[in-house]
Formats: sequence, C-alpha cells, structure tokens
Amino acid sequence: MSELRHVSLSPHIHAPTDTKTLMRCVLLSLLPAGVFGVWNFGWRALAVIALCAAVCVLTEFLYEKLMKLPVTVGDCSAAVTGVLLAYTLPATVPLWMAALGSVFAVLIVKMLFGGLGQNFMNPALAARCFLLISFGGAMTSYPAGVDGVTGATPLAVVKAGESVDLLTMLLGTHGGCIGEISAAAILIGGIYLCVRRVIAPRIPLVYIGSFVLSVTVISLLRGSGLPTGAFLLTQVCGGGLLLGAVFMATDYVTSPVTQGGQWIYAAFIGILTAVFRLLGSTAEGVSYAIVLGNILVPLIERMTMPKPFGVKKERAA
Amino acid sequence: MGKTFRGGVHPFDGKALTADAAVQKLTPTGDAVYPLRQHIGKPALPLVKKGDAVSVGQQIAAAADGLSACICSAVSGTVKAIEPRLCISGSRVTAIVIDNDGRYTPLPTLGQERSFHGMDNGEIRAIARAAGIVGLGGAGFPTDTKLTPAEDNAIEYVLINGAECEPYLTSDYRLMLENTEELLTGIRILLQMFPNAVGVIGIEDNKPEAVKKLTHLTETHPRVRVCPLKTKYPQGGERALIYAVTGRKVHTGVLPYQMGCIVHNVATVIALYRAVCRQTPLLSRVITLSGDAFRTVGNFEVPIGTSLAEVADAAGGFKKEPQKLIVGGPMMGTALAALDVPTLKTTSALLAFTDDSAARSTETACIRCGRCVTACPAFLVPQQMVRAVRKGDMDRFQTLGGMECISCGSCSYICPAHIRLTQRFVTAKAVVAADRKREKEGKK
Repeated sequence: MSELRHVSLSPHIHAPTDTKTLMRCVLLSLLPAGVFGVWNFGWRALAVIALCAAVCVLTEFLYEKLMKLPVTVGDCSAAVTGVLLAYTLPATVPLWMAALGSVFAVLIVKMLFGGLGQNFMNPALAARCFLLISFGGAMTSYPAGVDGVTGATPLAVVKAGESVDLLTMLLGTHGGCIGEISAAAILIGGIYLCVRRVIAPRIPLVYIGSFVLSVTVISLLRGSGLPTGAFLLTQVCGGGLLLGAVFMATDYVTSPVTQGGQWIYAAFIGILTAVFRLLGSTAEGVSYAIVLGNILVPLIERMTMPKPFGVKKERAA
Repeated sequence: MGKTFRGGVHPFDGKALTADAAVQKLTPTGDAVYPLRQHIGKPALPLVKKGDAVSVGQQIAAAADGLSACICSAVSGTVKAIEPRLCISGSRVTAIVIDNDGRYTPLPTLGQERSFHGMDNGEIRAIARAAGIVGLGGAGFPTDTKLTPAEDNAIEYVLINGAECEPYLTSDYRLMLENTEELLTGIRILLQMFPNAVGVIGIEDNKPEAVKKLTHLTETHPRVRVCPLKTKYPQGGERALIYAVTGRKVHTGVLPYQMGCIVHNVATVIALYRAVCRQTPLLSRVITLSGDAFRTVGNFEVPIGTSLAEVADAAGGFKKEPQKLIVGGPMMGTALAALDVPTLKTTSALLAFTDDSAARSTETACIRCGRCVTACPAFLVPQQMVRAVRKGDMDRFQTLGGMECISCGSCSYICPAHIRLTQRFVTAKAVVAADRKREKEGKK
C-alpha cells in the first residue's frame, strides 16, 4: 500500500481490437484474391504483390526515420496499401512502375498529408490513378493467364456486344488485374471482414446496389431497354468493382464516419462508376469514382452529422 | 430478445466470478468515516461534535437547504474528529470520524415496523430525506428530490433499474434474488406515491434467474411488470433504460419526470422500503469485491463509512499486488490511489486487477473507423469532438453536442487507436460547465 497506484480516468478496460488487429484482418481477407491471382497469372503476380508491399512499408519506414517520427510500420497499414495497389495492377506491369506507384501511394498520398488517418484519398487507388494517367499502355494491357498472352477483359467483351461465361466471371479465369478477377475470392474476403466486424456490409451493398440501379437507368434512358441479368452480373463481377466495393470504398480513413454519410457516399460512387463505365471514354470507372467520392467525404460528413439522442432542434454542424 | 437502445458496447462482463456469491454481512470494528459530501448537491451539516456519543441509526449530519442529503451513523461509538479526510475521488472532504465501539448499539426505534399504507407523499419524502437515501446506483442524487416531480399524477412510469450493465458488478443482482420481498414492497410504496404509474423492473437478460423470479412474483400484480433488456453496456444508464422501456428520449434539456418517468436503482428502492417500513435509515450497502488480485471475491454488506482497506482485509486481502484498484465498475468507476478511504453511499464495488493494460496503452493515430460513432448511445461523433477538444475549440465541442455526452466510456473502450476519448470529454465538459458558471455569475 506504500506506493501510489496507477490512477487514470475511466474507462479502465479496453476492447481487444486495436489498429494492428484490424489491419491484419484486412491482410488475411485479401489472401484468397491474392492466391487466386497468383494461380491465374503465375509467379510474376506474386512478385508484384511482394514488391508493392515491401516498397510501401520501406517508404513509410524511411520517411519516419528521416523525419524523426515514431515508426508506425508495425500497424500493417502500409502493407495493406501495398497489397491493395498490387491487386489493381496487371501482372505484367513493369516492376519499376509498381515500385514507383508504391512510393507515390505512401509518400505523396499518405505521409505528406500527415500519415495514417490523415490522407483524404485512398493511397492505393490514388497511386493506381497516377499510374493509369502516366502509363496508360502498360496499365491496360492485361494478361489472360499464366501464358502471358494478352486477353480481353470481360468488360471489353461486353462493351463489344458479346457475352461472357458466367462461371468464368465468378471464378475469375479471365484477363484483368491481379486481385480483381475472382469474384468468389473477393466475396470470401468480404464475408470474412463482415463476420469479424472489421467492416459493415453497408458500403459494399449500397455501392453495388446503386451501381446496378444506375446501369439500369442509363440503359433505359439510352433506349436500349432493361439490361439483361447476364449483362448486369458481368458489370458487377467484371473490372475492379467488387475489389473496389469490398476493399477500397470501405477504407476507414477515406469513407465517412457517419452512418448516413456512408449511405450517401456509397450511393454516389455507385452512380459515378456506372456513368464512367457506360458513358465515359476511359477504361477506368471504379478508381476514379471512389477517389472522387473520397474527396467529397468531409462535405458528406458535414451534411450528415447525427443529432444527439433526443435533441430535436437543428444544430449547425 | 430483450429491449434495448441504439449504440453501446459488449465488454467482457466478468459477472460469473461473483454472481453466485450470496451477500455476507461484515461487522467491522475500525473507525467509521462519513464525508459530508457524498451525494450530488450541498454538503450535509454536522449535528454532532467531537466527544459526542452516537448510536446506530442516529442522524449525525443534516441535509442543507435544497439539494442535499442527511447522513446517519452505521456504527455506535464516539465522535473522534470532524476533519478533512481522503476520499475515493482523490480529494480531501470534511468528514465526521466515529470511533467505532464495535457494539453496534441501535437507536430504540431502529428496525420497528411501520405501515406505509395511508402515508401521504410528503411524509414519505421526509422519511427518505431524513434517512439520507441517495441514488445507490452510483450517481448519488438525493432520492427525496427525485421523488418530488412537479406533478405526482403525471408520472406514468416508475422504472426500477436492475440492468446492472457495468462489468463485474453483481450486487444489484444479489439484492434482486435475496431481498425480493423488500424490493417489491418498495415498489408498492412508489406506486402508492404515483397513482397513475406502472412499475417496470428493467433487468438485462444475462440475469435470467432474477428475471424469472421477479416475473413470477409480479404476475398477479396488475401495476408491476418485468422488462428483460438486452445485455449491452450502458443499458443501465438512465436515458438508455427509459428509452428501452418506454421509447421516450431524455437528454440534457429535459428531466426524466418531465417525460413521465422516475428511475430508481433496485438498491435505492430497498433502502426506501427499509426507511419507511422498518424505520431504518441508509446504513449499509452491498459491495461487489471482484477482480483477479483478490484472494476471495464476493458480495458483502458493508456499513457505510467503513474503510475500504478493512473491507478488503475482511474478504481475505490480496493474493497478488493489484496494479489497479477501481471503485465502481471498470467502465465508469474511479481508480483509487489509496485503499484507506471510506465506503460511501454510492460505492457499488471494489475491483482489484493485476493488469492495467488499458491505462498503459499508448494512443495511436485515429483511423476514422467510425466505431466510436456506432458505439455512442448519445448519437454523437466522438471522432470529431476529440479533434475540437485537442484544438481547445470548446465552441465546436458544444456545437457537436459535446455536453450531451454521458461519459459512459463506450467510445474509449472500443477505439482501436486507444484514443482517450471519454477522458478528454469529461475534462472538456468540466471546462464548459465552469465557463458557463462564470458567465452566469458575471451577468449577475
């Protein structure tokens, strides 16, 4: 009884989950899509994933060392960024390009804005957009499989008016970026995240729902009638939509913290994606839509500040 | 599935440690210390002086005018001193110290039966005030004031709080099981006072035995029912309880009685019964002793005023040196610097843990995960509030509804970055309250 005990303000207990646990869960949930990507595209895909993750972690480490900041690579968030970036690249991407994108993601988008939690765009997606604008050719030539032959992506096929085998779509044995091809693998990861309560299903579901609705509306307005189920399914499973909906749009830092805001944000990027895909001239929809959504998050949050329990009068947010 | 509120968290409840431990009565022999301020409101005024002899049940301090509470001695002996003593809060409060003779000589009237039938409300309130009854759930709000709404007939609900949502606490649970008749008679007193009210006992569904027993015993009573509540913290918070049972929303702008509700903790209702029907003022309370540092854990009926050190010793002391001592529950309780402080009317538990990792963890960057927003039972956005507080922007803090924060601790508990949200809000609310007070006085 001699010594003063550790006195602190309540609460005196804490939930077992911390940032590191969450990031590890995300990494684990990314595993199925990665394994499938490597199986489909070969060891080259693994090299891209490993390189991006390593460069991201190293960039954060060196920046923090150089700036004499506490080193935070242990929270695994840089690794998540690296893996996510790799998943949005074709397996044939030049390695220097992947490395450059990784440096851009962590250094420019994340660290220069103040590190974890301060970036206003998803670092992986911002880096993908950067690479896409800078090196359009290399970024849009997709290998179809291990043989390295360039293959058309399902969306390109659909755009050309043909149809894609739905089983191929679900499994993902077709051309595309490393982590985006297999709908099944992404869904397994997404369900895992929801079950572990790392993310709520709200954003992915609203995003996909809003996208499907927008595609239908655009299709009707164009006078081409109701889109077929197969067309919609190809649109949802093809390209980066599922990867974006499950892993990018749900990024904590760049999505609204308010629940009402999450609805608006997800619905908004769904509409944008549909517009970009069906009316736009670029091959990119999801990345631009989400990055634009990211930018609007502060505004959306301001609009959707909840009223305190029981309080009726209007509050200026 | 029981009724509930939106938000909240699910901490490990630790109740299994003591839920089956029947209440044991302690009769300590050490000094009894009665801080004059152990309730919300003005400090009580001493009625005794050094050298006076006191009996068990004797009023030793009277309530001041307005919001205040009396204090009665739970021991017999002589007044040793009236001096500042270290209290649970960590500050020194003027206290009446009684040299306990260990004989527990009662006042002649103590324990005599009295019928509440036909008593008018003023009489019951006077008894509650003289008995020194305050909210025993932890707040310590004088019960006689709570029993005095603007209009007795306007009360539609008498809510009996048996939620006991704080982890580790089982004292209310034991009272519901062991003192059921006293509790039910106490409810009858309340229903006599408020003729248009129904009595609803709210109990979290992690206490099925209590739900079962009370449901069975209230079956034949037309005006009393049991409402099982979902087990979720802070279900026992006044606002959460009122909302779960009645769907009415209370916030800082309205008092529960303005919404037709009066809420009392089960221990408070039993204290009211004893004061009215047994002529026994508030003398003792049940305390849960729990945590991995205690040699034995359990529930103990302790005379108010007993040193917590003596309570801990009587229960067998510590098997390991505790790193953290908490009075009350781990979510809202007070960390103790020293154990030699008196048991107060509001002391519901003494917890001793060998692990203090929650307080020792370091804050990391906010990742904007939104868990604090989902957890907040007051529908606030702690993530934004803490930014305002860090910047010292108290206007923004208030605009964000900061003063509606009930300090329940859910946001800090759930934050994966270990940010001390609640802790900062408690401080910020105190700053704003002080500013408002100063402003008000400046205007006068």
